[in-house]
Amino acid sequence: MTGSTGSSGPVATAATSAVPAVRVPRRRGTELVLIVLAVLLSVYGYCDVGLARNGTVPPGAAGYGAGLGVLALLAHCAVRFRAPYADPLLLPIAVLLNGLGLVLIYRLDLETPDSDAAPTQLVWSTLGVGLFIVFVLFLRHHRVLQRYAYLSVVAALVLMILPIFFPAVNGARIWIQIGGFSIQPGEFAKILLAIFFASYLAANRNALRYTGKKVWRFQFPTMRVFAPILVIWLLSVGVLVLETDLGTSLLFFGLFIVMLYVATGRGSWIAIGLVLAAAGAVFVGSFEPHVHSRVQDWLNPFASIEAGLGASQLAQSLFAFAWGGMLGTGLGMGHSILIGFAAKSDFILATAGEELGLAGLTAIFLLYALLVERGYRAGLALRDPFGRLLAVGLASIVALQVFVIAGGVMGLIPLTGMAMPFLAQGGSSLVTNWVIVAILVRISDSARGAMLPEGVQEAGP
Amino acid sequence: MTKYIRRASVFCFVLLVALLLNAARVQVFEAQSLDDNSANRRETIQRYDQPRGNILVQGKPITGSRNTGETYKYERTYKNGPLYAPVTGYASQTYGTTFVESAEDDVLSGTDAMLSTVPFWNEISRFQNPGGNVETTIDAGAQQAAYDGLGGKKGAVAAIDPSTGKILALVSTPSYDPGNIAGTGQSDVNAWNSLNGSSSRPMLNRAIRETYPPGSTFKVVTAAAVLENGIVDGTGTATDTPSPYTLPGTTTQLTNESSSDACENATLEYAMAASCNTVFANLGVKVGLSGMVKMAQNFGFNDTKMRIPMTAAKSNFDTDMDKAQLALSSIGQFDTSATPLQMAMVSAAVANGGTLMQPHLVEKTTKKNGTTVSTTDNKSYQQVMSAYTATQLQQLMVDVVEKGTGTNARIPGMTVGGKTGTAQNGVNNEGVPYAWFISYAQGPDASTPQVAVAVVVEDASANRADISGGGSAAPIARSVMEAVLGSSRG
Repeated sequence: MTGSTGSSGPVATAATSAVPAVRVPRRRGTELVLIVLAVLLSVYGYCDVGLARNGTVPPGAAGYGAGLGVLALLAHCAVRFRAPYADPLLLPIAVLLNGLGLVLIYRLDLETPDSDAAPTQLVWSTLGVGLFIVFVLFLRHHRVLQRYAYLSVVAALVLMILPIFFPAVNGARIWIQIGGFSIQPGEFAKILLAIFFASYLAANRNALRYTGKKVWRFQFPTMRVFAPILVIWLLSVGVLVLETDLGTSLLFFGLFIVMLYVATGRGSWIAIGLVLAAAGAVFVGSFEPHVHSRVQDWLNPFASIEAGLGASQLAQSLFAFAWGGMLGTGLGMGHSILIGFAAKSDFILATAGEELGLAGLTAIFLLYALLVERGYRAGLALRDPFGRLLAVGLASIVALQVFVIAGGVMGLIPLTGMAMPFLAQGGSSLVTNWVIVAILVRISDSARGAMLPEGVQEAGP
Repeated sequence: MTKYIRRASVFCFVLLVALLLNAARVQVFEAQSLDDNSANRRETIQRYDQPRGNILVQGKPITGSRNTGETYKYERTYKNGPLYAPVTGYASQTYGTTFVESAEDDVLSGTDAMLSTVPFWNEISRFQNPGGNVETTIDAGAQQAAYDGLGGKKGAVAAIDPSTGKILALVSTPSYDPGNIAGTGQSDVNAWNSLNGSSSRPMLNRAIRETYPPGSTFKVVTAAAVLENGIVDGTGTATDTPSPYTLPGTTTQLTNESSSDACENATLEYAMAASCNTVFANLGVKVGLSGMVKMAQNFGFNDTKMRIPMTAAKSNFDTDMDKAQLALSSIGQFDTSATPLQMAMVSAAVANGGTLMQPHLVEKTTKKNGTTVSTTDNKSYQQVMSAYTATQLQQLMVDVVEKGTGTNARIPGMTVGGKTGTAQNGVNNEGVPYAWFISYAQGPDASTPQVAVAVVVEDASANRADISGGGSAAPIARSVMEAVLGSSRG
């Protein structure tokens, strides 16, 4: 087991001093090759859509390729100069998923007259990559974030509560409208909460592990330590009820349980978490009408068809996946636009499933899995508890979000309005995920051999 | 902490596996049932994404497709809709398909696996074959002659090539244009509603889907049973039949259409030519229930699985009757009912020497490029009777046309056999009777008869006295036979 006590131990010191003889591979060339491949694959998809739909290469293909390529190369340069030891897979995966999302949105734009969601998404992509570069360039070390733990949680709560004062959109009160822009502040809150959780748990993990009363086989921590957990849980349910946002509350809660487990190693947390989550879900699923209808739809997706009211969105989504079958219809050849207004956002995966088939969908899931795995790996390689928890937390956000939304649109779990990371239309989500990748890049850079920069001291446990 | 991070990563892996298994469930194992869901429009969209294959008559398409530019892209068109509607049926984006459009839908829509060169590859690649064509057995001239002959009257014509079973004409009037209900627009809905609301029922295929009491035309079946069962010594032997004839077990007296006493003890020959009810009722009872049922079923009565390839309605001959009912059934009354197709089969079996060929409407199906996909073999439906009996019946039917009730069907230079029928309709015969004529014809150079026809006319507007098999129906049969013989000679 890797100790968490840092560089103070004699063995670690000896190991560190022995390292300079062995050159740690940076693998920036690998990253560059993969990025070029990711951009080429996206441009190919873009052209494929145009050829399938109109028989010609889309007029914007060169501009699209150049735009995505320049963004990716700028991001690569930032990594090359400021995070040279970073994991070489993180950035290419993000570029590929973002590129594929642009292709799918462009493809759906073609079927909805006067729609320019794809160009808008490209603008948000630029902003996302811009923020990625800013974080890589100016966040010198991930541990800087630990200083802002309490500021983060306050900001997160403010962001979560803000949409309550704005009108509901499509049944969910998760948006704020400023001018012509709509922002989902809950998306940004995810990172802020992960930072707070990591910081709080890193500081209190021993108290959570060893103190408190023992009841039967469960050892309960003291209220002083336990209270924040309850508060967070109640807040997540509160957010859900007030904003009818099942997805975000599920995500926050799952994130917290995973991080709590990793910090304390106590399986009882998982048990408690599952019981609380189940209780909350049953309560809300029974009494909150919006969520209740989602649960009903999940239990019987074809009820509306039997009632003669036509197919629900979930049924349309299942039809799309089924039509795709093993190999898909080919880009541009499906009919997932039948899903309706959410086809580009919540249900974008249905288009992927219909046009790329089970094969393409598996590839996409594996890309996400790889992204998550590299996040976990960065956490494993680190020594400071905050960094480890933060990496695990950020990676888990991606994993949970993919599971919740993909499981929802495919009928595995009740549907919740959430965005598929990088793929779905929506600026807030895209920007947030780019920032997540930026922090993971920074963490992996630290993990894979970068020396601590000056001015940042190793913090005690 | 490392151990717990690893365990958490295992948790994420489990989530991934759950997603992949679920994706396989939806996209592979439940895909077919989801594709088939009634609310799923994808198969329909794909189906109309290419022009439908055509239905051909003597090599010329009687259908077409037009690009509407809508979600359901290609819409069916019909070149001579009302004339061929009883053959083609309709292919509607709103109301589905019927008749040949339905029976050969896989070929026409391009989904038939036989259309692909490498069937398995198409399954994988989802390549859609272009729609194939369906070549019918219809003779354009005969079809037109039947349609023109019926004119504005309600009725139907079925014509068969006796030696092959090919259906040469299938007409039902009044008819309709299937092109008017092919699409999804409001005008299609309106047309559909008005067709369904019409009292004249233009969408009813009277040739194969409506049954009528066959009346005296059924006497051909009774005569066949009589001869096969040796009830009479020969067609020229006097029968022991009183006139009027009292139905067995009742006091009801059955009379003949003409008041002459010539039907008393008449020979089969005379009884057929003069259409004596008494003789055939008497002889039918002598044959007995089982013998009559067997002969009727040999001709195709009571067959619920008659497909040409669309299903024809079941023609009925009761299997459980007392003698009085059997007597009435033997002259085509009581519960006896037949489609025009069935009566054409009766005539065809006689014309073909006792062997009834399976009637069929589709000659072959081809790929778009003309390569044959399948052909319909000429096959026997049933050996109805002996060749000798058939020969005797032919002579009886020829006599009907030469010197009996069917003289209106005579064609100079041709051998024509026929039988008239005027079926009572409704309680106490209050309804307008149906005029029947069944016949066959053979040209001077032909070795066997080339066409068998059944015509039924139900026309409420006509003067009742004018409705008779010989008067209303025989001229139509004659023009159909002339058209077939004319085209086969030319």
